Parts: sequence; structure tokens; C-alpha cells
Amino acid sequence: MTTSRSLVVVSAGLGQPSSTRLLADRLTAAVERHLRDAGVEPAVQVVELRDHAQDLTNHLLTGFPSPKLQDAIDAVVGADGLIAVSPIFSASFSGLFKLFFDVVERDGLAGMPTLIAATGGTARHSLALEHALRPLFAYLNAATVATSVFAAAEDWGTAGVAADGSLVERIDRAAAELASAMAVRAPRPARDRFADPVPFEDLLKSQ
Amino acid sequence: MQFGVFSVGDITPDPTTGRAVSEAERIQIMIRVALKAEEVGLDVFAAGEHHNPPFVTSSPTTTLGFIAARTERLILSTATTLITTNDPVKIAEDYAMLQHVAHGRVDLMMGRGNTGPVYPWFGQDIRNGIPLAYEHYALLHRLWREDVVDWEGKLRTPLTGFTSVPRPLDGVPPFVWHGSIRSPEIAEQAAYYGDGFFHNNIFWPQDHVKRMVELYRRRWEHYGHGSADQAIVGLGGHVFMRKNSQDAIREFRPYFDHAPVYGGGPSLEDYMAETPMTIGSPQQVIDRTLSFRDIVGDYQRQLFLADHAGLPLTTVLEQMDILGEQVVPVLRREFAALKPAHVPEAPVHPRVAAARAGGDAPGVEPTAEPATAGTPASAVSAS
Repeated sequence: MTTSRSLVVVSAGLGQPSSTRLLADRLTAAVERHLRDAGVEPAVQVVELRDHAQDLTNHLLTGFPSPKLQDAIDAVVGADGLIAVSPIFSASFSGLFKLFFDVVERDGLAGMPTLIAATGGTARHSLALEHALRPLFAYLNAATVATSVFAAAEDWGTAGVAADGSLVERIDRAAAELASAMAVRAPRPARDRFADPVPFEDLLKSQ
Repeated sequence: MQFGVFSVGDITPDPTTGRAVSEAERIQIMIRVALKAEEVGLDVFAAGEHHNPPFVTSSPTTTLGFIAARTERLILSTATTLITTNDPVKIAEDYAMLQHVAHGRVDLMMGRGNTGPVYPWFGQDIRNGIPLAYEHYALLHRLWREDVVDWEGKLRTPLTGFTSVPRPLDGVPPFVWHGSIRSPEIAEQAAYYGDGFFHNNIFWPQDHVKRMVELYRRRWEHYGHGSADQAIVGLGGHVFMRKNSQDAIREFRPYFDHAPVYGGGPSLEDYMAETPMTIGSPQQVIDRTLSFRDIVGDYQRQLFLADHAGLPLTTVLEQMDILGEQVVPVLRREFAALKPAHVPEAPVHPRVAAARAGGDAPGVEPTAEPATAGTPASAVSAS
């Protein structure tokens, strides 16, 4: 029997096409390959934050998401694994990237196997992954894998072979880590506070 | 079915003139709106409660007491009473007093309040929002049903041998609604007590409103208050009307674009598509409001936001005329024709029910109910 796991990819690239999406796609393909090697069938969904930029602002101002944005949030919260990729702007993730994770419900990413990745003009921005993205996902209680992947413009000009420390090698290493974290973790149960309410007596006692 | 208006008492500059009314003017506007509600045949006026500018409505029972003296049949309610930061003992006293003054024309809607600083200003912590709502309400519920209360909780000083006075009119506590936009725990609380559940659905997409109300109904039945379709549901609504819908949209757009709650966000058109807001002709408002029944089932109370966002008083009063003359009579007829006989009206005080039935208000008829947690506040329905 083949098991399956859902993988959701959040890309905050702005251009179309964007190098952020390009990196996201390479990571996705690598995670899919490792999952299949482990006997797990991946179900991939990509969330392009550019498509939700207006709705994210509206959500902040009105307090509720549009149906389309709600679908994207539900997909992320309900996933078995997450790839989150942002361009680095001014020493950190982009504002659009942060907007999305600002409106994901509290505890929505708790325990979620997560691969963080980023793009930038030069490798001098690469530690923003460790100083900005990793603490953000630590705060959200995500289970971020050890290897993060930064792709500078120059990385796209190197040979597509897995030399030690090359982009291709780092993508493969990070993808293997995420796939193995996803494979060993039981599929996330559907969370529905409406279908299974906590009885009032229990709510009173838990105070 | 009950129809009414609610006021949050905001002082917002009129975006078309830049002028903001004074506190004195704003308070008189609120009162004028309440009196107008009775004049045009609406059933309910509900006052908000806020403890920070730009709102003027920190003391609802004072406002409602004055309105009670100037009206004959209007039900006075709140939108909402802060069960978290108010002392439940003071709520018990204030609203029992109001109930006596108003000859029973009083109910309340409990809410938690989402303005962070209000909690510490009143000695509380917003992180205790839900526990405060539970504990304070559990105490309030007893204070209106037990003559002498010994009580100890975690969030308020204990009581020994306390009697809340005046006792509720005729021994019947005011009916309580619990309002919540997004917390299933509050729907659960309303269902547990057999109280009403109010969803101010003006801010939320329909499928969410539907899920909240379905949860409340299902749990109401679970707790033995009746079948799910007999639960007591209220909804908020947000309308602006002119004879021609394009005129309504043109006139309301600047108020929407600059309103504190959604200004700068989605377009008016997107907001109307995603929420129950209806800006258009009276017929459009009728059709949209009737469609709420498809989402939440037969329900008992429909409140519309009246004075807000800097709308001039004359405009607000015109809107209420349209509501009273063209919209509510049709809605009453249509909803009544659709409602099965076993679905109750919202509970009102026996005196109010009797007065509405056409007779004179009866003398004191004590109908003290057993002091059992979970008993509906009043099983008496308006006819």
C-alpha cells in the first residue's frame, strides 16, 4: 500500500518568472523524488503569494481572509510538509512573505516539517536564512530541517552537478532531510474545532 | 422575528465634509436613533460598550434607562456587554435595575471585547479573555437565579452571603445572547446555558457564520434545550439603501472607503461579495436578508448597524425610515411564512409578551424558575 503525504510550497517571489519560484520548484522536485524513494506518494500544492498580495493586506485590515486566501491558509496548515521560499530584501524575508505567516492561525505550523530557502543577488545575503527565517519558524514551532538553501544569482550559473557545497548538492541534502521528516511523521489529522467542540464542562475545568 | 438596530457609538468624521460631531452631539444621535427605531416599528435597539475614544458609549445602562423612559415597546439590548472586564456583580445589579425601570423590555448580548488595553485598565488580562467570559458569566447566571450566593472563583474576589438587588423583575432573569465572531468556545457556552447566540456577521464570510451557528445549534440540542432548529439565533447586518442601487453605492462609497473597520482594504464591491453587507435598493436588501435564512436556518433576531462611519443623522434617519416602511414589513411577512410552528420566537419578558399579545401588561406574576444551571432564562415567547 502506498502512503501519501501532502507537500505545500509557499513562494514569495515577485517576478514572473522569479528565481524564488525557480528555487522552490527545484526543491519540490527533489523532495518528491526522495519521498517516492521512501515509498511515499507526494501530493504537491504551490502557493504563490503574489496571487494573494491584495487579499493579505485586506485580511490585515478587515480581520478575515477572502475565500481564496482561506484556501491557501488551509492548505498550509493541513500539510504534512512545507517548503517556504522568500527573496531576501533588506537583510530579511520579504514583507509579503511575512504577511502570509502573520495571518496563519496560531499553532497552525506547530510540529510541521519545514524546509526554508531564500534567494538573493549575492551570497552575502545567505545568512539571512539563519538570522531571519529560522527564528520566525522557530517562533511558529515548526520543525525546520537543519539544512536551509540559499541561491544567489551566481549559483544558477554553476554546473548542474552535485559537487560538495554546490546549489544542487544543498538542494538534494535539504530535500532528503525534509522527505525523511515527512515520511516518519504520521499524516496530520484534520483539525476542526467546529466538528469536535470541547464540551463546556471540560472548558470550565481546564481554566 | 425581531428586527432592530445597533449602535457602536463611534465618533468618526464625515469623510465628505471632514466634520466630526462632538461627544454631546454623538450621544444625542444615539438616543435619537433609538427613539426612531420605535417610531418606525422596529423591535430592538442595542447599544455598544466601549471604554476608549473615539467611542462615547461607556455607560450603556444610563443610555438605555433614558431611552426606556421615552419609549413604550422597544426592547433595549446591548452590542455588546463586556463580560470580561465588567464586574459580573455590577452587571447583575445594573441590568436587573434597568429591567425593572423598563418593565421587562431588556435583554443583553455578552461579548469579550478585543481592545487590548481595556483589560489592564479594568485590572484584567486579555489572555484570560475566554476564562473571564466563562467565570464571570457563570457567576452572573447564579446571581440572577439564586437569592443568596456563596461563590469562589479564580478571577474575582469571593462572595459569601451575597444577594444581588434588585432581584430580576418577576423572578425572570433578562434573556442573554452570547456574541462571537470567531470563537467556537462561545457558541458552546451559549448552547450549554440555553442562551441565544448572536453572530455579528457583517465582518465574516458566510461559510464561517454558517459553521458557527451550526455548532451552536447542534450543541444546544446536545444539552437538551430542544431540537437544533429551536435554538435562538441572531445576526448582524449592514445595509445602505436608495431607490436606485447605483445611487446607494455612490453615496455610501466614501463612508465605506474611510470607515475605521474596513477603510483602505477591499473594494466596496469585493466586500459586498464576501460579506453580508448590502448597499443597494430596498428590494436588494430584502432579498439578501431573506437569504441569511438559507445559511443559518430560521432565526429570531436581525439587527442592522445604523449610525456609524460618520454618516449624518439625517441620512441615518432616512435609512431607518426605509427599513421601517419598505424593508422590515416585507421581511416580517416573508420570514413568518417560512418559519415552522415549532421554531420559537426570541424569549422576552412575560410582561412584554403579554403587552404584545394585545392585553394590558399583567400585574406582578412571579414566575421564579428553578435555580438549575442550564435552564433557559425564559421559555416565554412573544407571539
